[in-house]
Amino acid sequence: MKWILVLTLVTATTLGDIARARGMKNHGEVREFHPGAIRRALWALARNKWVILSTMAMAVSFFAFIRLVSIAPLSFAVPVSAATLIPETILARLFLREKVDWRRWAGAALIAVGVVLISQ
Amino acid sequence: MPATSEQARLRAKTRLFTVIVVLSNVAGNSALTHGMQKLGDIGNSPLALIGTLFHPWVALGVALLIVWTLSHMALLSWADLSYVLPVTAIGYVLTALSGEFILGETVTAGHWLGILLITAGVTLVGMTSPATTSTEHIPL
Repeated sequence: MKWILVLTLVTATTLGDIARARGMKNHGEVREFHPGAIRRALWALARNKWVILSTMAMAVSFFAFIRLVSIAPLSFAVPVSAATLIPETILARLFLREKVDWRRWAGAALIAVGVVLISQ
Repeated sequence: MPATSEQARLRAKTRLFTVIVVLSNVAGNSALTHGMQKLGDIGNSPLALIGTLFHPWVALGVALLIVWTLSHMALLSWADLSYVLPVTAIGYVLTALSGEFILGETVTAGHWLGILLITAGVTLVGMTSPATTSTEHIPL
């Protein structure tokens, strides 16, 4: 059960983040934050296929995480949730065409190691 | 608008939203975890899972995670995922420090090393420009 949850969590989080980033880039920069503008943005986002996919994946990720913390210690669940950092950076480069320079690669690697250490 | 002031505007906006994203995530996850641990193993039934939402700590956690979702979506509307993801990892440091200082857990040498590595990584990524793609260049 534990490893099924881990696999579900990592896959759903990665898919959720990538789809969210893609959907929000398609939407364009959110510039106004008054209630009317937020309502209009939410209405547009509710019909954005990438955002819909992302929200479904995030819901799966959310329930997988709360199931995982109810059966496994946080020192296990936290590094698992950070295991998406490297695959997501690779996908951001390949699929989202972001310019990932050496500082971003090095930063992601340092953080991944740091999260494991912090959770012991 | 000149490019430099446009960059400064985006940087300031990115900083503000990063703070909101990190704080709502750390507080939301702590409240949620606290609530789930109080409830114990609830089994696999979807109904039991929905039932947990009525526990006050779980409900507070969910409310904060809705704030996290909306601010995270707004941030990703202009900033790169390969920027947002590492920079918001500073939340792991805040979670660890709050556990150690509020709950009085011991800070081991390994924890300090982890905190140092994460902080170094966040600083490194924070030095890069938050947005390297423009929306026009992304094909659907």
